[in-house]
Amino acid sequence: MIYREAGDFKTSYAADNQTFPIRGDRVAYYLVIAFAFLVVPFFINDYWANSIVLPFLIYAIAALGLNILIGYCGQLSLGSGAFMAVGAYATFKLTVAFPGMSIVFVILLAGLVTAAVGVLFGLPSLRIKGFYLAVATLAAQFFLIWLFTQQPWFYNNSPTGMISMPTREFLGYPVTGARASAVSMYLFCLMFAVALAWLARNLTRGTMGRKWMAIRDMDIAAEIIGVNPMLAKLSAFAVSSFFIGVAGALLFGVYLGAVEAGEAFGIDKSFLILFMVIIGGLGSILGSFLGAAFLIVGPVLLKLLLVNQLGWPSDLAAHLEIMIVGALILVVLILEPHGMTALWRTIKEKLRLWPFPH
Amino acid sequence: MLDTKPDEGYTTADGRQIGGVAMEMKNITLRFGGVVAIKDISFDIRWGEIRAIIGPNGAGKSSMLNVISGFYHPQDGEVWYKGYRRARMRPYQVARTGIARTFQNIALFEGMSVLDNIMTGRLNLMNAGFISQAMWWGKAAREEEEHREKVEKVIDFLEIQHIRKTPVARLPYGLKKRVELARALAAEPSILLLDEPMAGMNVEEKEDMSRFILDVNDEFNTTIVLIEHDMGVVMDLSDRVVVMDYGKKIGDGTPDEVRNNEEVIKAYLGVEHD
Amino acid sequence: MPETLLFAMEAAINGLAAGVMYALVALGFVLIFKASGIFNFSQGVMALFAALTLVGLQTGQIPFSHLINAIFGTRMHHFGFTLPTFVAIAGTVLVMIAFAWLVERLIFRHLVNQEPIILFMATIGLAYFLEGLGDIMWGAEVKRLDVGLPQGMSGPIDDLTFAWFGYGFFVDSLEIWAAAIAGLLVITLVIFSQYTKQGRALRAVADDHQAALSVGISLRFIWVLVWSLAGIVALVAGIMWGAKSGVQFSLSLIALKALPVLILGGFTSIPGAIIGGLIIGVGEKLFDFLLGPIVGSATENWFAYMLALVFLLFRPQGLFGEKIIERV
Repeated sequence: MIYREAGDFKTSYAADNQTFPIRGDRVAYYLVIAFAFLVVPFFINDYWANSIVLPFLIYAIAALGLNILIGYCGQLSLGSGAFMAVGAYATFKLTVAFPGMSIVFVILLAGLVTAAVGVLFGLPSLRIKGFYLAVATLAAQFFLIWLFTQQPWFYNNSPTGMISMPTREFLGYPVTGARASAVSMYLFCLMFAVALAWLARNLTRGTMGRKWMAIRDMDIAAEIIGVNPMLAKLSAFAVSSFFIGVAGALLFGVYLGAVEAGEAFGIDKSFLILFMVIIGGLGSILGSFLGAAFLIVGPVLLKLLLVNQLGWPSDLAAHLEIMIVGALILVVLILEPHGMTALWRTIKEKLRLWPFPH
Repeated sequence: MLDTKPDEGYTTADGRQIGGVAMEMKNITLRFGGVVAIKDISFDIRWGEIRAIIGPNGAGKSSMLNVISGFYHPQDGEVWYKGYRRARMRPYQVARTGIARTFQNIALFEGMSVLDNIMTGRLNLMNAGFISQAMWWGKAAREEEEHREKVEKVIDFLEIQHIRKTPVARLPYGLKKRVELARALAAEPSILLLDEPMAGMNVEEKEDMSRFILDVNDEFNTTIVLIEHDMGVVMDLSDRVVVMDYGKKIGDGTPDEVRNNEEVIKAYLGVEHD
Repeated sequence: MPETLLFAMEAAINGLAAGVMYALVALGFVLIFKASGIFNFSQGVMALFAALTLVGLQTGQIPFSHLINAIFGTRMHHFGFTLPTFVAIAGTVLVMIAFAWLVERLIFRHLVNQEPIILFMATIGLAYFLEGLGDIMWGAEVKRLDVGLPQGMSGPIDDLTFAWFGYGFFVDSLEIWAAAIAGLLVITLVIFSQYTKQGRALRAVADDHQAALSVGISLRFIWVLVWSLAGIVALVAGIMWGAKSGVQFSLSLIALKALPVLILGGFTSIPGAIIGGLIIGVGEKLFDFLLGPIVGSATENWFAYMLALVFLLFRPQGLFGEKIIERV
């Protein structure tokens, strides 16, 4: 009886267009945000931050980015891992070159660098579609990773071939490097995740989003009604890569602290992010978060259950995990191509009518 | 008889005043490899009129519409629009010159709601910058509301209020056709191209669609070019008709003139109607 | 003759051998794509799975033994017998046919009329599932695969090239066999598609789905058929690669190399797949040989993809594909 839109009349188009038209949703959203900013920081510890919360927030940003490209604009990319690497290596080069620059600014710049690289590798999308494009993005994946592992300029000739992040502070608290605490890292990543989700929502609800979706649904018709396909596709590549670049910057700078491109940003990362988008829901902001949560928390739980509780060898558990993820992708695509978001929507439709479904 | 001077209009049988030449096709020839889809066709379209292109399947009607909307580029011939020769343009550039269209096989954006589909019709009239959109500040938010209001008018006009928020994929065929018309109308086009607007419709739906077409022409004074192979409907609706067969023009004039044209009767009708 | 040229020729010949592998995997792609429009990302993992199954059958491994041991605390690994190679190959073929049937029954039957991009993503899911399944079923350690083909440096080629150039080329005789067997496989496939009833049905479906359906060809049967054929092609690829470098995960990575091969050759052309495979095999070896010292090593990692990318920009339909006219 609580979750209702009846009686919640809209008197302006703006009210009708808002993100959460139903009051119950709006309240829930503000509660979650308040909980994340005001409650979680008091309880978070290193274990939770490192095994679940940080990777969740960071991959949610990456999934958001990829979802803009695939879910909204319909352009398939298998190069997300490498684009994350661009964000990471740009962060490294910028922090080392400009020690005085604010870390937030560095990360945003790294995002912009990634956006530029993304546009470059998005150029083929003007001529090719679907899996042809997927192959083009594979070129980005392998070429960029090769650059970062074979060209010493990118890792400043470090003998191990790894890059590592020096300590940087934000508002007086260290957020990167060894001295950063779980709370400050968490709040720093949360800030980016919330801001970028808001940005993504705004971009997808207006003109830009409609152009992307028009290209996704029927590119020829979109062009004939006046969408410039080049601008629409390249802007999707740019925005998407920006998000993924920021995620890469945070993964390297805040979460891992030191990375080697081939290991941290291989093709398996591209697939991981793709799976988050598919499982969470193509073309959905919420879905990107749900998908990231599922694929970060799921394996942790599975490992706890199989290895810690049942005492299975960890490689067996890892193989089972791959198998389950693969099966899950198939099940989602067969039963519910819009992923967990669609399930969520169905539940809400039911709730709206509960307890009198007729 | 129609007057043949380019800049003066004519008056239709029901007393509407038709203006000067809006668009002129001059000796258009279009080939695909060895196949000639359109062979040396010329005709004009005048402001405010309902112009039909008819012909049997494969006559080249759709190709002609695709030439007008810039999707195909003819090997020979010129398109004159608003008094200027049109340079080779991409389809989206053509759309921005005030030409909107519908498609024979409905080309709606299936993943979007009816409202969003119609809003795409106004994309070219909206110009909030990237930052404004990303922040949803100032122009973007304001613009969204203004254009929503215009779109609501089109929705009222075509009587589709009840399906406003329905995903397009769930609509029946007849309504999809109507939503497609709404999307084209939302662009406030100078020339509206309709590719078989009544294909696959039942009698009632056809009557509705005819009424909408006449209303659009009447209320917004929109110039309409339509393709049909349902002769009856076309003759009732249009002011002038081009008849095509095997990529050639075999007749051009008022419905009555076309009906009595020997060549048209021979090639297209087979037997004389009424 | 200058030495560099000789080395380059040797690199090219070895590239040719790698190209045969790429072509074999690409061939599996083309078969499935032609008949069903599905871009089967799992082709490489199928090769890995087939090779794992073959080794498992040959050496009498107990399937899922690791899983069973983990659950029940047992310690079993082998049945204690070994199977002759040809019996094991026949068994693996049966497994691949069963796999094809299951894929059609459980997955693609439910995805009819979906967009190609959804089907493609489904095959990525399938690839992950199959990889996990193969590891759990047969264990993930690198396995030696021996089907009795000769290995090591080919004597005759060494002698011949030494006689000609005064420098003996190193070519693995396994690779000569691989090329011969791949050639045989292609010829068999061509004969099959030209002269048998099923083959004609296959070509009919590839040509026009609707028309083929209307003359009574069962699309489901055709799908099972092409997936089976692709499974057999995968087995051959798996044997070749496994015999050379052991059965291991890297095998599934050659599937990725097959993608640029397809871009070059066109998605629907069998000769295209072969020529594309050879071009990429030779191209990447030569590129690495000539430019590796200048730009850095391991250019093989990306050369094929970049070549495909450049190709896409200028000839999106591939070397042998037909130009597509778009309609509205």
